Amino acid sequence: MSVAAVKKARRLPDLSCVPAVDEVGVNERVARFQTRSIKKSAKVEALKLILSMIDLTTLEGQDTAGKVRQLCQKAIHLHDAYPGLPHVAAVCVYPNMVSVAKEALAGHDIRIASVATAFPSGMSSRKVKLEDTRTAVAAGADEIDMVISRGEFLAGNYRYVFDEIVAVKEACGDAHLKVILETGELGTLDRVRRASVLAMHAGADFIKTSTGKVQPAATMQVTLVMLQAIRDYYRDTGRMVGMKPAGGISTSKLAIHYLVMLHETLGNAWMTPEWFRFGASSLANDVLMQLMKQSTGLYQSADYFSKD
Amino acid sequence: MATPENKLAFDGGWAYDPAPESTDHISLKKRYGLFIGGEFVAPENSRYFDTINPANEQKLARVAEASEADVDRAVKAARAAYSGVWSRMPAKERGKYIYRIARIMQERAREFAAIESLDGGKPIRESRDIDVPLAAAHFFYYAGWADKLDYAFPGQRAKPLGVAGQIIPWNFPLLMAAWKIAPALATGNTVVLKPAETTPLTALKLAEVIADAGLPPGVVNIVTGAGKTGAAIVNHPGVDKIAFTGSTNVGRIIQRALAGTRKKYTLELGGKAANVVFADAAIDQAVEGIVNGIFFNQGHVCCAGSRLLVQESVADEVVAKLKERMETLIVGDPLDKNTDIGAINSSMQLEKIQSYLKIGKEEGGEMHQSACRLPKKGYWCRPTIFTGVAQSNRVVQEEIFGPVLAIQTFRSFDEALAKANNTPYGLSGGVWTDKGAKIFKMTQGLRAGVVWANTFNKFDPTSPFGGYKESGVGREGGLHGLDAYVKLGAR
Repeated sequence: MSVAAVKKARRLPDLSCVPAVDEVGVNERVARFQTRSIKKSAKVEALKLILSMIDLTTLEGQDTAGKVRQLCQKAIHLHDAYPGLPHVAAVCVYPNMVSVAKEALAGHDIRIASVATAFPSGMSSRKVKLEDTRTAVAAGADEIDMVISRGEFLAGNYRYVFDEIVAVKEACGDAHLKVILETGELGTLDRVRRASVLAMHAGADFIKTSTGKVQPAATMQVTLVMLQAIRDYYRDTGRMVGMKPAGGISTSKLAIHYLVMLHETLGNAWMTPEWFRFGASSLANDVLMQLMKQSTGLYQSADYFSKD
Repeated sequence: MATPENKLAFDGGWAYDPAPESTDHISLKKRYGLFIGGEFVAPENSRYFDTINPANEQKLARVAEASEADVDRAVKAARAAYSGVWSRMPAKERGKYIYRIARIMQERAREFAAIESLDGGKPIRESRDIDVPLAAAHFFYYAGWADKLDYAFPGQRAKPLGVAGQIIPWNFPLLMAAWKIAPALATGNTVVLKPAETTPLTALKLAEVIADAGLPPGVVNIVTGAGKTGAAIVNHPGVDKIAFTGSTNVGRIIQRALAGTRKKYTLELGGKAANVVFADAAIDQAVEGIVNGIFFNQGHVCCAGSRLLVQESVADEVVAKLKERMETLIVGDPLDKNTDIGAINSSMQLEKIQSYLKIGKEEGGEMHQSACRLPKKGYWCRPTIFTGVAQSNRVVQEEIFGPVLAIQTFRSFDEALAKANNTPYGLSGGVWTDKGAKIFKMTQGLRAGVVWANTFNKFDPTSPFGGYKESGVGREGGLHGLDAYVKLGAR
């Protein structure tokens, strides 16, 4: 399909037709995923897959070029004591740090994701948000993590939110667009489902739970609802959309539960860094500790793993 | 398989390694006698039968076959305990014994769960998370009632009936024993209980718990055996009450045998529940509910949602999603923590299920099964659905008691209700809709003892359970469950 045709195909769907979500049922399904017992080689495979799906993230007001360079170094050399480890999928930084990351990651197959659109609140004009996006892309971002205007969405101005995503997608050019719903501010799973549908129809390549700046951030409940929305959208349109839970996933055990959920909801085609990411800053080291435990039989002190 | 046309596929790729529950911690004797008068005794005619693991057809233990004379011994022991101790004991003391059973059962929960899965074939996830905790919960719940019967029946005096003969099925062996024994003891009755011949082991372990709890000898007697043993209990003149859970056919035989006697009875029999899904339901959660409704415990559930009635505008979507979900169900070793569907309980039951699969196909139904691999040894049935079937089909009318779902569509509310009620059974039902008013309208119209709204197969000791029509007589559980074990008189 040509770009023009794709753009033409983007239409705001009637969100009142989006299926209802029953929270009790979602909780039950999530509890069921958590009873899965992942052992031995299935566990090692999962842990390596999780590493390869991480968007190693630093999004602090106090970030410095030095810190971003360290993060990139960590992204390349997760833990050299364990040979054959994959590298993370991407590093995720603020727009003004993209050029630093670009330089630090030169020659490596690690993507650079940048938040944009007045992250994390999105409280700015569309003009500023688009400029923010273009700046990040021009500096070398491969992926843009935008936030939706939650206020407009909650007020029912779906058209506003939809048009904004379409415009940001256009500003992204070839960069992939992840749309952050900030589910912690949406309040109900019904709204999470509607926002997911809206974002996918507007052209999102990925849908993402959270900025990490609002509690609760990612939960298995909202992620399940988003995965189910992705599945139905795929069934309707034939287009695969990726998923990124972000914030609050800091242990291997929890990350494995997410993988189980992904595995049993969307299946194997989505089980790659191309279609699933973890937005996390501290998950990687916990996964590394588990991997070392699997290979040596012993837990090692956290001091043996570089912090960043 | 994933294809360029459809990437939603669940086979290949990442697979879970086996995660079997260990059985090192369980202790099983090679041979079990009958639990009569507080101890295990040999059967009078020295006859024993094997109980096997349906997942690998290996023998687990030999179990005594109680004759009429053995049943007589058990009833006499129960009578002596009733007259001598149990009916005279202060109610709060009775309560303490029942609490003790509950606590010991909780302490040995792991062992009970593993044995339940070994003997019956159900997945360890279910015996661990549902059967055993619920069984303990029933003892806790009824222990609490023991000294509060005056509040259960205000203004009346609740007296025990005497000796309760209890016959339970193989689908929830320990849980059904708890459903039967707990209210009987709380109200001051003594018990002769017969577990099903394919699943006697957890009842015999329960006998050990009862002995460890120090219950006076004869208050609970457990006799093992098949139909003949059950008949001996039903026909024994010293029994005051019969509580039976099992098939409608056997229920009929029992009811005939009891006609004209003074014995009270409760019967909890078969079912063919309709799970009604409206177009406005939360579809993904409804699909999950359909799966829980029919594939829970291999479909060996009297209140299973074995008929799906789905509104036509969402029928294709629901069936497609259901088929997809079925592909993620893991069928296999009941002791594996990841198993969703375990072994069929017996070769006899497997034959019955397979005969219905044949009937369903011959009747013109379209059969679909998940593509999972089955173990070589043991009794297995893939999760199965039939579409294109109608009210006149046998797979829609008759209780299959296996992981087999018959799917029909409906257009209007009235059509759904009429189809749901068009069955001789009336044990349970389900309704899935986002509209509260529709839930109430449906639940009031459904002629079924239990109706679940936006969920299915939920059990709680506080909630009464029982059937309309040919699904049974009387209620078990909750306050209503006490009523079945007392005669009421003036204070």
